[in-house]
Amino acid sequence: MSHEGAPLNYLTAGTTLHSWLLTTDHKRIALLYFASITFFFLVGGAAATLIRLELVTPAGDLVSADGYNRLFTMHGVIMVWFFLVPSIPVTLGNFIIPLMLGARDLAFPRLNLMSWYCYVAGGLITLFALLLGGLDTGWTFYEPYSSAFSNSYVVLAVLGIFVSGFSSVMTGLNFIVTIHKLRAPGLTWYRLPVFVWSTYATSLILILATPVLAMTLLMLVAERLLHVGIFDPALGGDPLLFQHLFWFYSHPAVYIMILPSMGVISELVPCFARKPLFGYRFVVWCSIAIAAIGFLVWGHHMFVAGQSVYASLTFSFLSYLVAVPSAIKVFNWTATLHKGWIHFDAPMLYAFGFIGLFTIGGLTGLFLAALAIDVHVTDTYFVLAHFHYIMVGGAVMGYFGGLHYWWPKITGRLYPEYWARFTAIITFFGFNLTFFPQFILGYLGMPRRYQSYPPEFQIWHVLSSAGASILAVGYALPLFYLAWSLVRGRRAPADPWRATGLEWLARSPPPPHNFEETPIVTRGPYCYEDGEPRPQADHG
Amino acid sequence: MAEARPAFQYAAIAQQREAATLGMWAFLATEILFFGALIAAYSAYRVSDPAGFAEAARHTRIALGAANTFILLTSSAFMAMAVELGSAARARSAALCLAATAALGLAFLGVKGWEYVLEYREGLVPALDFDLARYGPTAELFFLFYFFATLLHALHLAIGIGLTGTLAARFARGRGPREPVLRLVGLYWHFVDVVWIFLFPLIYLVGRSG
Repeated sequence: MSHEGAPLNYLTAGTTLHSWLLTTDHKRIALLYFASITFFFLVGGAAATLIRLELVTPAGDLVSADGYNRLFTMHGVIMVWFFLVPSIPVTLGNFIIPLMLGARDLAFPRLNLMSWYCYVAGGLITLFALLLGGLDTGWTFYEPYSSAFSNSYVVLAVLGIFVSGFSSVMTGLNFIVTIHKLRAPGLTWYRLPVFVWSTYATSLILILATPVLAMTLLMLVAERLLHVGIFDPALGGDPLLFQHLFWFYSHPAVYIMILPSMGVISELVPCFARKPLFGYRFVVWCSIAIAAIGFLVWGHHMFVAGQSVYASLTFSFLSYLVAVPSAIKVFNWTATLHKGWIHFDAPMLYAFGFIGLFTIGGLTGLFLAALAIDVHVTDTYFVLAHFHYIMVGGAVMGYFGGLHYWWPKITGRLYPEYWARFTAIITFFGFNLTFFPQFILGYLGMPRRYQSYPPEFQIWHVLSSAGASILAVGYALPLFYLAWSLVRGRRAPADPWRATGLEWLARSPPPPHNFEETPIVTRGPYCYEDGEPRPQADHG
Repeated sequence: MAEARPAFQYAAIAQQREAATLGMWAFLATEILFFGALIAAYSAYRVSDPAGFAEAARHTRIALGAANTFILLTSSAFMAMAVELGSAARARSAALCLAATAALGLAFLGVKGWEYVLEYREGLVPALDFDLARYGPTAELFFLFYFFATLLHALHLAIGIGLTGTLAARFARGRGPREPVLRLVGLYWHFVDVVWIFLFPLIYLVGRSG
């Protein structure tokens, strides 16, 4: 590939605003998404910062009680729908999946662009609701509070989430079709990288769960606007029905967040341990199993809500069941490390962080799946700590690990390794300091969503807020050194990690249609013999 | 249509067709879950108060509902013929069948609209003029679901009519769209039909004779 001067790549292929806003290149759309979700991550993070500041003292003194309700609602709504659900699929997935498949783009490039516009439209509508004064229902919009009592901008915020749901469906549909139909010659299903498999599992959830949320939110809006009873018991409705429908989406949504991250970890561990992934087929089918069983556990959010005890027993059992494939994955990553040539580069440090934090989050999930213990800790900080370990300790660590790993491919530049390692380590410590005290708080009985609390809880809240300030540094630093690397970073070769996937056969950054000629795949992913990589295809 | 080139991301026309077809099926899966949530909620209430819902359902106009079922099924038959004629490159016949499909779709909307007018006159429209003293709260819930479901279905049908009408015009000018566009619009049309096949008995028929 010795072209004269710098060869054309997707970044230099057009420089006008028009060439970005109307692009159908999956790589450019990924960057549009990067910018947008980073913006929303900062907005959601700002709300979290204010929450942690308020909780340093037992008295409610920084913001009003109502203001506090609006803060945690804003934090939840923004982080769930406008950062975590889209995060890895729309950015790393959008960029890397076609490359991993040896494809020139996604199956439906214009649909991909439209999904970004839906995301932005939904995000702006919700943001507008928040700027008008926000809402105070919590991200769960529980009925009948959200329809009959809340005096805030529920309808507008819900509308934004509804619109962004189209983006989820379009993305999921696009990935499913692409993975089925656009694989390079020789790239059989069992030769697909696990990241592709887990994105596939995620996409199934996206297209099957999102419409249920959409319908539920429409019914909520109808009830709120027309004052007719669907969920409000005063009008003859059933609030439990709302919870069933809401969690039918929102529990699988947790797997929308964690499965792509598991996929990233499955790429990182073999590459930096210089070994094939242990038990590839088990990891693959565990992704599918998690997606499938994940649809059947929603009732564990309602153990104290008054559902039948037999329903609770069933949901409890199924919740234990979904832990099995999750645990198999952790064992497989660990077994991959065994007798490996482990390199402690920044992506691998994030992967280690993921495995540790996900294990804690998963094990405490078993506590919550147990009926008797759940009664004790329902709606306490124990629950908060548990799902932050999964969604932040798990999903976000995976996101940053993948971001660093593929950064040279995306930008054509190497990031400063030591800054990145430092950041990965302080993120891990900051995270634990933030959220581990919350397990203790919850076990001692501190309920969630309270602005003030008894003084004996203060030490744990102070520790948590101190951790949050470290965590904030861990999230802020990449903004600076990654931006710096865009200008000053060393030029990246095509395969800086000596990894095996097809994405590393394309130039860094890739040309507009990814590959000069379609690669012909001759072996599975993760072929490392004595630590030496054998790429999936022999040219590119 | 013989030797068209595939879009840049595909290696062959056949691959592109398969991708489009799978995309439509995936979209319909989404739609099934979308309507499924509504039907599940409706059924949950129906199960908890079967007598109240059966009583409320007697205020629906079964003759108009049955006529609409007949109209929509006939439209689907025309659509099925259009798909076959289109792929046999008989553009004029395909255009006629598509026009008949769209016209029957419009007829359905017309009957449905007339039904709405009659229901409005009887005070059966929740949030507008519902006569709570006369019909009671269960009937209000029933009619809320009725309007929610049938309006959503009508919206889907209106989109289908737009697509079908556009295709009819293109075939009438002698140049149909590339495969598998007609087939995919056909799939969508049949899906909208199938939704009605679930809504009709659930709304009009269940418990009526009891």
